Amino acid sequence: MSETPAIEAEGLVKHYGKTKALDGLDLTVGPRTVYGLLGPNGAGKTTAVRVLATLLRPDGGRARVDGHDVVAEAAVVRRTIGLTGQYAALDEYLTGRSNLVMIGRLSRLTTRAATRRADELLERFGLAEAATRAVKTYSGGMRRRLDLAASLIGHPSVLFLDEPTTGLDPTARALMWDIVRELVADGTTLLLTTQYLDEADQLADRIAVIDGGKVIAEGTPTELKASVGGQRVLLTLAEAGDTAVAVKALQPFAAGSIASNGSVSGHGGRLLDVPVIATDGLATEVLRALDAAGVGVSDIAVRSASLDDVFLTLTGHAAEAADEDDDKAELAEEAAV
Amino acid sequence: MTATTLSAADLTTARGSLAQFLNDVWVLTKRSIARIRREPETLSEVTIQPVMFVLMFAYVFGGAIAIPGGGNYHEYLIGGMLGMSLAQTAPGTAVAVVSDMSTGLIDRFRSLPMSRAAVLTARTIADLLTQVIGAAVVAGVGLAIGWRVHTGPGDVIEAFALALLFGYAFTWAGVCLGMVLRSPEAAQQTGFIIFLPLTFISSAFVPTQGMPGWLQPIAEWNPMSSLAAACRQLFGNPNPAALVDAWPAQHAELAVICWSLGMLAVFAPLAVHLYRNKGR
Repeated sequence: MSETPAIEAEGLVKHYGKTKALDGLDLTVGPRTVYGLLGPNGAGKTTAVRVLATLLRPDGGRARVDGHDVVAEAAVVRRTIGLTGQYAALDEYLTGRSNLVMIGRLSRLTTRAATRRADELLERFGLAEAATRAVKTYSGGMRRRLDLAASLIGHPSVLFLDEPTTGLDPTARALMWDIVRELVADGTTLLLTTQYLDEADQLADRIAVIDGGKVIAEGTPTELKASVGGQRVLLTLAEAGDTAVAVKALQPFAAGSIASNGSVSGHGGRLLDVPVIATDGLATEVLRALDAAGVGVSDIAVRSASLDDVFLTLTGHAAEAADEDDDKAELAEEAAV
Repeated sequence: MTATTLSAADLTTARGSLAQFLNDVWVLTKRSIARIRREPETLSEVTIQPVMFVLMFAYVFGGAIAIPGGGNYHEYLIGGMLGMSLAQTAPGTAVAVVSDMSTGLIDRFRSLPMSRAAVLTARTIADLLTQVIGAAVVAGVGLAIGWRVHTGPGDVIEAFALALLFGYAFTWAGVCLGMVLRSPEAAQQTGFIIFLPLTFISSAFVPTQGMPGWLQPIAEWNPMSSLAAACRQLFGNPNPAALVDAWPAQHAELAVICWSLGMLAVFAPLAVHLYRNKGR
């Protein structure tokens, strides 16, 4: 790993009034990899991307893209990057092709090269037939694809995709995923933000979970899942009053303290969802331990940990349900943009 | 996926920052012109509106307006109408700027290796082109209602040049307005609130002599009055401002130049500053 990282951030800080959108964010993204920034609304994902794409000046810390500082060498960085934001950055009144040619011309391509590249991308993204129609007649999925094509026209070596599939229907999302996979095969470094855990799981080589403007966990999807024990036991107790006894009996199997993981829940206290360390014969051992403690069990299931569990364990709240503070941060972020 | 790779021949040879700036301005001006071609109704404020105003003032209000020093109201009207139709493109500029800012397109531009000042400059150049259309429409409808020029071609060219300089300065004010407001609706309304008094508390449609004493200095120092007076003087049309003892009325052409250059000196750098720091 002596290669220059494609993206490096050290201690990035960005305030919006009293809200800290970034609170010492560190990131290292290797060249030609897909890196997922995973976090709830307002976690600082968009702010991080805007700093790295030279749109925002950080209040503290530093960041480099392809070895160039995003503040001091912003002009150089802009020649390297492509950006697709949350909202399609297109001229509604121009045709799809005119949009791409315009962006190409502004990315220092000649008219001939921009036109050739535009047609190539329109063909690739299934937009060739719509190429001569005004963008305002496009569907949401078509806009996203055109927007992605626009960010690729200048042959960027580092691409930022900020929530590329938010608001898309499942078919359009699957198509975006295919395109993203091909980009990676092509050797582009990709920084992808998402609030969808399955998306990060499907696409990213490495994931940084961010919350409150800093990275709270980092690793491959497999490592992250293993960090919360790798498996979960779901129990339905026969008697609601047995919960405390059951939790005590399960503690030896658990990854960390069960109570602090907030995993006791639901159905009048009869349902338990406990992160456990994966071992052979787990279900049998659990049932024996509970039987010994005198706890009756009406149902048991063991499943592999998902990134949802990682998220819940790390942040104490579910990924897609933003709490009030997050909403405030998001609002501050949008107001400042 | 990349069927072709980038070769040196595909990149523009424009190395200097001026050549790059001109290239970017040209690309973006073409964008705005393409928009007009697709939606010609966006030109209504420089085509249909001036025709309506000219006809209303000439045939509805005009008969009730006395011109100190005498003269034909139809000839008086056109100098003021030029100023109004050019200056009132500024709210349209503001709306276009807010719309660009709110779609995220500007974020894309700011992430590209392009000239920082090109986006706004291209906007103002496209609007200057619509102002040329507006000036031609006003002159055309003026000729139809009996407006005539009584001077030489040099004076006429100077009058239109002054009007366009004046209009261009207002365009930069419109850009600033668009940079500080959040929605196209807000830009439209704020533009209306600013430009309605600017147009009517002036000698654009009625001589200032008929206004109450406290209002007269405001109207006389209004740049719109200076432009109207300068155009009337250069066209050889009735110009009651010549009878007013105020500096901008007596030196109308110089006043237009001062106002325009002053506005450009303030609003153009301010607009670029706001653009650079947008969301930073």
